[in-house]
Amino acid sequence: MKDIEKQFKVEDLTSVNAPFFRAKEKAKGEDRRAKLCESIEEAIKRSGLKDGMTISFHHAFRGGDLLINNVMNVIAKMGFKNLRLASSSLASVHDPIVEHIKNGVVTEIYTSGLRSKLGEAISKGLMEKPVQIHSHGGRVHLIQSGELKIDVAFLGVPVCDAFGNANGYSGRSKCGSLGYAMIDAQYADYVVVLTESLEEYPNVPASLHQDQVDAVVLVDEVGDPSKIGAGETRMTTNPKELLLASHTAKLIEHSGLFKEGFSIQTGTGGASLATTVFLSEKMEEKGIHASFGLGGITGTMVYMLKRGLIKTLLDVQSFDEFAAKSLGENKNHIEISANEYANPSSKGASIKQLDIVVLSALEVDLDFNVNVITGSKGFLRGASGGHSDTAAEAKLSIIVAPLTRGRLPTVTKRVNTIVTPGSTVDVVVTDQGIAVNPKNVELKARLKKAGLQIVEMQELYERAIALCGEPAEIKYTDKVVAVIRYRDGSIIDVVRQLA
Amino acid sequence: MSKKLETAHAGTLESSDAFVRVIPVDAKGIEIELESTVEEIYGDAIRALILETAMAMKVDGVKLIVQDKGALDYVIKARVQTAILRASSETQPNWSALS
Repeated sequence: MKDIEKQFKVEDLTSVNAPFFRAKEKAKGEDRRAKLCESIEEAIKRSGLKDGMTISFHHAFRGGDLLINNVMNVIAKMGFKNLRLASSSLASVHDPIVEHIKNGVVTEIYTSGLRSKLGEAISKGLMEKPVQIHSHGGRVHLIQSGELKIDVAFLGVPVCDAFGNANGYSGRSKCGSLGYAMIDAQYADYVVVLTESLEEYPNVPASLHQDQVDAVVLVDEVGDPSKIGAGETRMTTNPKELLLASHTAKLIEHSGLFKEGFSIQTGTGGASLATTVFLSEKMEEKGIHASFGLGGITGTMVYMLKRGLIKTLLDVQSFDEFAAKSLGENKNHIEISANEYANPSSKGASIKQLDIVVLSALEVDLDFNVNVITGSKGFLRGASGGHSDTAAEAKLSIIVAPLTRGRLPTVTKRVNTIVTPGSTVDVVVTDQGIAVNPKNVELKARLKKAGLQIVEMQELYERAIALCGEPAEIKYTDKVVAVIRYRDGSIIDVVRQLA
Repeated sequence: MSKKLETAHAGTLESSDAFVRVIPVDAKGIEIELESTVEEIYGDAIRALILETAMAMKVDGVKLIVQDKGALDYVIKARVQTAILRASSETQPNWSALS
């Protein structure tokens, strides 16, 4: 008892060793801008980055991202080697990473997607260690499980204050939701926010918060806003895609789930975007409203929100400028993290409340397995995204794809790479018929009765081959260039080096 | 086909089409030069189709340069046939032999 009294004697608290009093030696407010760094280089120095560490980025700027290449160039110039690159995804704009791999700066990659020259180079065996391909939900799971420990996160934002409060829905390069970056801000050991403009404190409501951020750097530009919505999110005028969309909307109408308060997610791809437009018409006609729209949010979803057709948008990633802008303007357009969106081990992922998801595919096979990562010629040229997450959890997962793309068959005997297992796929819509997974007996009967053109997957396959011819087998070596991780972290498939 | 061949072409470089050029050469036989967007999985099948189509028209001493943009078989066949007909200045083709 006496020891304790001694410990708390008043005079001790005034000694120089008491932290509160020591802090007072500085002038008040002196370190209010202490997080601000002069340059990316200074932020990297402060972060304590070392060879062999893991660095991370987010992909909300999609094809308009300028940040990853800029930061990687600085890192390379500073002489770092053997880094593990963990971007939530990578787009065509990130081809310069090929050079960083060749120079030994990057020796391992975790990502949801690989495209363009980077995907081709890796398919041809550029890297020693295989790339780990994860889903959006699966990435959070890998981070939480400790496999993907992030040492330094570099998070680009359009707007931030000097204390680290950042958002994506204002400023010049609006990317909208920072749903993926939120995870890195929460779990990385050191968090650098790179911003296009500095706002007065406090920049609220914030998506990345002051208590998560170690350093802030003001940079010239983080993204090209005109390219954020480019790529897979175009609105289609292609008659084949419009046909697919009208089939899909009709399917949803007769699925048994199309009633007041239903919920929906549409992926990227022309047909699935057009589906929302056709579905809106049916909703207005019948006076049906959706409780929420989920996922990557597009301008068409925002339009539905504004028309009162959807009550709430849950947005992990804004696919275009309309969605990005709306996030800051509409109070029912809500930003969610990747953990709230799709992590299978999350306490609550919104996909578990989802009725219908509309997804695209590069290939589908006779067992309904879906490939969204490798093309018909075996190259890495796509992204896992939320595909396997949503297919596994939504009540009805719909894959929409043309039967053939030019001469390339979409329906194959066996997909080159499995990303989403057929057991989680409910129905496949093509321009030449709809195949229902045999386990969905009731749905099949319901759709037939509604007059939709229901065929067997085998028939679709035969029709595709009759048009295109039997493709030659792609030749691979034994070397594994990418490992496809299912959302729970297990390995569902591998991609081998092209011979 | 006995007429002397001249240089001719058919088709376009649009997606799902093929551009075929016929060039008479001094050597005997049929030489094929193929450039295809689906080379990896359909290259051999397309070369076989081009050769079969040209042989059926009994041409000889010719080089066929085909730039394929993912055309289906019947498109490639039609483009090759048209190019050869143009090269031979054939105005009254035997249609049933071309089907």
